[in-house]
Amino acid sequence: MLCPAMRCHRLALGLGFCLLSGTALCLLWKYFENWLLISYVPYYLPCPEIFNMELRYKGEKPFQPVTQSLYPQPKLLEQRPTELLTLTPWLAPIVSEGTFSPELLQRIYEPLNLTIGLTVFAVGKYTRFVEHFLESAERFFMRGHRVHYYVFTNEPAAIPRVPLGPGRRLSVLLIQRHSRWEEISTRRMETISRHIAERAHREVDYIFCLDVDMVFRNPWGPETLGDLVAAIHPGYYAVPRQQFPYERRHTSTAFVADDEGDFYYGGAVFGGRVAKVYEFTRGCHMAILADKANGIMAAWQEESHLNRRFISYKPSKVLSPEYLWDDRKPQPPSLKLIRFSTLDKDTSWLRS
Amino acid sequence: MRPEHSSPPRRNAGLWGRSASPRLCGLLLVAACLGFYSNVFSLIPGRRQIGESQSSTEGGHLQGQAEVLPLSPDSHGGAPQGVLEETTTQWSERDCPPDTCRVPEVPRMVYPKAQLLKPGRTDVLVMTPWFAPVIWEGVFDSAILDAQFRNATIGLTVFAIKKYVVFLELFLRTAEKHFMLGHRVTYYVFTDRPSDVPRVPLGEGRRLVVLEVRSYSRWQDVSMRRMEVISAFSRRRFLREVDYLVCVDVDMAFRDRVGAEILAPLFGTLHPGFYAAARSAFTYERRPRSRAHIPADEGDFYYAGGFFGGSVAEVLRLASACQQAMAADRADGIEAVWHDESHLNRYLLYRKPAKVLSPEYLWDEHMLRRPPFLRKLRFVAVPKDHAAIRH
Repeated sequence: MLCPAMRCHRLALGLGFCLLSGTALCLLWKYFENWLLISYVPYYLPCPEIFNMELRYKGEKPFQPVTQSLYPQPKLLEQRPTELLTLTPWLAPIVSEGTFSPELLQRIYEPLNLTIGLTVFAVGKYTRFVEHFLESAERFFMRGHRVHYYVFTNEPAAIPRVPLGPGRRLSVLLIQRHSRWEEISTRRMETISRHIAERAHREVDYIFCLDVDMVFRNPWGPETLGDLVAAIHPGYYAVPRQQFPYERRHTSTAFVADDEGDFYYGGAVFGGRVAKVYEFTRGCHMAILADKANGIMAAWQEESHLNRRFISYKPSKVLSPEYLWDDRKPQPPSLKLIRFSTLDKDTSWLRS
Repeated sequence: MRPEHSSPPRRNAGLWGRSASPRLCGLLLVAACLGFYSNVFSLIPGRRQIGESQSSTEGGHLQGQAEVLPLSPDSHGGAPQGVLEETTTQWSERDCPPDTCRVPEVPRMVYPKAQLLKPGRTDVLVMTPWFAPVIWEGVFDSAILDAQFRNATIGLTVFAIKKYVVFLELFLRTAEKHFMLGHRVTYYVFTDRPSDVPRVPLGEGRRLVVLEVRSYSRWQDVSMRRMEVISAFSRRRFLREVDYLVCVDVDMAFRDRVGAEILAPLFGTLHPGFYAAARSAFTYERRPRSRAHIPADEGDFYYAGGFFGGSVAEVLRLASACQQAMAADRADGIEAVWHDESHLNRYLLYRKPAKVLSPEYLWDEHMLRRPPFLRKLRFVAVPKDHAAIRH
């Protein structure tokens, strides 16, 4: 048994030892923390509830049997000299004209009774594009399916009422306008993921996120549906990966090394199953936040983060540049049918 | 030992100037430790945002993995993931069946870039009109696919009934060299002679399960009853044990890689005898009375009955459908011209497979001359004396 003086000594020693070890551990932690986590300057905090949102996914229906349909037999041994690549190295289809049979796909997808969502952002001066966009979408986007347009804008009054076909709805959603156009652009990821978590997962099965300053020129149908869908940027489809405008600064979370990269995907078109798009946009958003905390903005804003994420989480379907074209470029012979392309516009004025 | 008792204050009470009871000291000790360690291990809620929000899990219920954000080049695929807490809800695995919602993460990899304007193979069809890839050599990158499927467990079912047990040795030995290397594999050998199953040394993560089944006198029945056995065991075992099922014939040998490129929710293989034939020449069951009937103007491919598979759920559906169709035919007194293969073809016509394997994956060198577009022979028939082996 210890006498009281000794006991206090021991306690003091014990306390001192704990203090010392605690401090040492703290210091070690601070040292390693810089390796593992970027220190977080909480000037912009995401709402905590979004991360705990349970996304109840509607049960997957078994693949429906295809009813009798007459279509030509696929020819196994055919010579196709000047065509586009139709399969990525990870066996995702690359969709272009001639690779699919629209009637067959219509037969497959029609009985599934799907609803497809379409999000566009029309903030500030970009509201002028909405009318033309929606009119062309009514003509070409997912004809014969139920469609739900989600138009995000800071000025709901500026959104024109475009006549919609049967089974097609429009919802106008109010978002905040930011001072810089880059900020508006990067916030899209956050807005889309919150919107899916709060609303879209109950209303649609698939969702596409498109830029508003474009028009549909030819049919865009269920050939584009997939788990996670990306589109190849029209400016970089014929260029080696070292010339892709990836974010090349190591400090950014969107950093891509010289020897990485499959295709340069356009930020103007992506989509897929609602659950997958939610995870994708959320991941991009977190990466953007981490960069923001470090005071860095990626070279092409959310497009850089999108590209980074598509390298690690490869898309299950890739759309050829037919689905995201720039009209200022001459159309090459390998692209047969341009379906979605830019409108001529004065970008600098629009962004001011 | 004398029990402790609280003592009155003493003058020489050590470092503190006044004595504190041991219990109070202890409490202070515990509080100080908590204060430091909670800081270190982020137990205080305010500090937790990064840990929580940076994790999510992808893929099927057998593929839980923490999301790794590329925070720096060093952490690509190698970040100490134990630090990031996995607290986000796992709705994606619970609700998404693994066969449809699989976008697994691949670690940083270096491989040649695909060229959009340079198709890998121009001499053959590489994708069906319903977007199912046709798997040929030169069309896929095995490293990426192996990385995407690295957590998958594959079951390989094979039936060695009566004299067919002689094929097991070569089958298993070559499977050990070529089938799904680097993945977890379970061989399910169905036989009526369990003692005749050879002991073949198996690699890491691979095991052999011998399941006893009854045999039938007619070889046609042996062939057709495979569907019944597969569906029964899928329900009983395979759903819980493996992610993907591959069902093959036993009188074959692996000659080259058969890997993760074949894995899909549902896949079939092109029969080597009919890859160039017109659909009217396919040996489908043409009698309308049979449940395997396919009219002359329908049909995409002639699939082989000796190599099909997919996720366990889809194979279960296929096997049950075929079994029920065969039972209905048997009740009507009709037997399809190519037995279970006819029923398989009917099923795959109306429930299109997500991947189609080229004849590289099922070839017979002795019956067919090897064409130039067949760059590899992966799974070939072993010559056998049909008359002797079937009776």
